[in-house]
Amino acid sequence: MSAVIARPVAAPTVQPATSSGSRRPMSAARLRRRLWNIVLSAIAVVVFLVSVFPVYWMINTSLLPNNLIRGPEPHFWPDELTFRNYELVLFGDTRAPFLPALGNSLAVTLLTVMVALLFAFLAALAVTRFRFRGRKAFILTILVIQMIPGEAMIVSTFRVLDSWQLLNTIAGLTLVYVATVLPFTIWTLRGFVNGVPIELEEAAMIDGCTRTQAFWKVTFPLLAPGLVATGVFAFIQAWNEFLLALVVMSRPEMMTLPVWLRTFQQATQTTNWAAIMAGSTLMAIPVIIFFLVVQGRMTSGLVAGAVKG
Amino acid sequence: MALASTAVGVRRRRSGALAPAMLLVPTGIVLLAIIGWPLVQLIIISFQEYGRAQVFGRPPEWVGLQNYIDVLGDPFFWDVLGRSILFAAANVALTMLLGTLVALLMMRLHKAFRLLVSVGLLLAWAMPALTAVVVWGWMFDTQYGVINYVLSLIPGVDLIGHSWLIEPLSFFAVATIIITWQSVPFVAFTVYAGLTQVPDEVLEAAQLDGAGAVSRFRLIVFPYLKSIFLVVTILQVIWDLRVFTQIYALQGIGGIREQTSTIGVYIFQTSLGTGDFGAGGAIAVILVIVMMTISIYYVRKSIQEETL
Repeated sequence: MSAVIARPVAAPTVQPATSSGSRRPMSAARLRRRLWNIVLSAIAVVVFLVSVFPVYWMINTSLLPNNLIRGPEPHFWPDELTFRNYELVLFGDTRAPFLPALGNSLAVTLLTVMVALLFAFLAALAVTRFRFRGRKAFILTILVIQMIPGEAMIVSTFRVLDSWQLLNTIAGLTLVYVATVLPFTIWTLRGFVNGVPIELEEAAMIDGCTRTQAFWKVTFPLLAPGLVATGVFAFIQAWNEFLLALVVMSRPEMMTLPVWLRTFQQATQTTNWAAIMAGSTLMAIPVIIFFLVVQGRMTSGLVAGAVKG
Repeated sequence: MALASTAVGVRRRRSGALAPAMLLVPTGIVLLAIIGWPLVQLIIISFQEYGRAQVFGRPPEWVGLQNYIDVLGDPFFWDVLGRSILFAAANVALTMLLGTLVALLMMRLHKAFRLLVSVGLLLAWAMPALTAVVVWGWMFDTQYGVINYVLSLIPGVDLIGHSWLIEPLSFFAVATIIITWQSVPFVAFTVYAGLTQVPDEVLEAAQLDGAGAVSRFRLIVFPYLKSIFLVVTILQVIWDLRVFTQIYALQGIGGIREQTSTIGVYIFQTSLGTGDFGAGGAIAVILVIVMMTISIYYVRKSIQEETL
């Protein structure tokens, strides 16, 4: 798992020279330090448990029969393991079928990631590699757009899409998501492009590349970490987004997963928490896997952006 | 094509405006079409009487500032706004505090425990917001929720059948738990990554000079991390002030809408719920102005650094 930021421990190692006799009674300072370490480790375990418990509880509930989870005592582990809930979600005859929603979500999300990365790469090149009139205004616009809440725009977005016949289409929702993630994507990629020395492009051009070729063959591959970080951001935004999907994709067969989850929850509200948890698990799994794989690069990218401004 | 070889250190090409313009065309089109044009429409609507009849083709009527006057004169709006600001402030403060503490904790932990904490935080962070609300809603369930069960194990406490979502204050407590649970990882990871960039020598020197842990943090770590704290705080303010999914979904599970709406939900309700798009537009414009005022410092600082 490349997820966790690896870093040599800097802080509390005791000088080895003083710890030769292990039988000798510990000095007060060492005792205190050891106690302190135990306390910190205990806190760490608590942080872990608090973070993980809801995820565990979701999976646990999803693996139990529905009549069991509505008993007087909760079952803290799936002692009567069943996959019935997953069957119900995946193939059951409900008002909200899962698989088409999964298909829509995948299509919209993947398209969003690809289009956003491509457009953001081009825009990031423009603002880092060129000085032109309106450059500052463009950056200002990018920053300001991030402040505009999507909820505020929901009605006018709906009407604009409607007038272009883009409601209930994959293209329509993708377009909206691309616009939503582009500012952040450009902003972050910009930091990464700054990190690629311009000399490399110049060298490639001296060797006979055109500038376009230099961008594509030299800069683009070197941006891999930045592209991963921003791609993950776009992925998660598009995968999880609820409100716009609710409004833009109003036809049942065009639902994305978050809208599906909500419909499913409403349809079965009083009866089937176990199935809802199974659906939640199915929706969360792709994101969790994605996150675990690329998290390290993501935070370092964010920090690089923050430090460099 | 003139290369900028005149001044040492200025390496950007001063080409004609054509190349950057071409590169910006795709982004420009998308942003203009999907953000710019709807934004213009939003502002226009906010000056119009625009209800359900207009949706079905009746031409809208210009009413000048009437929508704004109505909204600003409505005590309910101020309730919602005040509630949103309080809620966001509480969430941001709590998230920043806990996130920073967890980051400091991660610095002091041995490798195995740090791995444990990181994995836990990752899982919480990776949960889709809607899923998280559904799961927490289930944990806080009135009859069968694990939280009521565990709390009722304490002698003298009987919470079976207690609803956490009916009472506004405890509704917001639950919402705060959910949002903080999901936001702490981002803060913790970012601050942690920043902490690792603080040079050890400086900290050691300060320690030798007798600086305690608190003054080391205040005088050395904090100045180093100032820009990170600033960015993260502003992002949290923006995210928490416009919070929608969590509140909306939690209301669906069992809150009373009128007493628990934040401004994001209120805009949605006014526009799509009651069909008063004009008023909804006015509230939205007001929210945008509030957000811009809050973040103006961040924007100015970013622009300044950009021109350096």
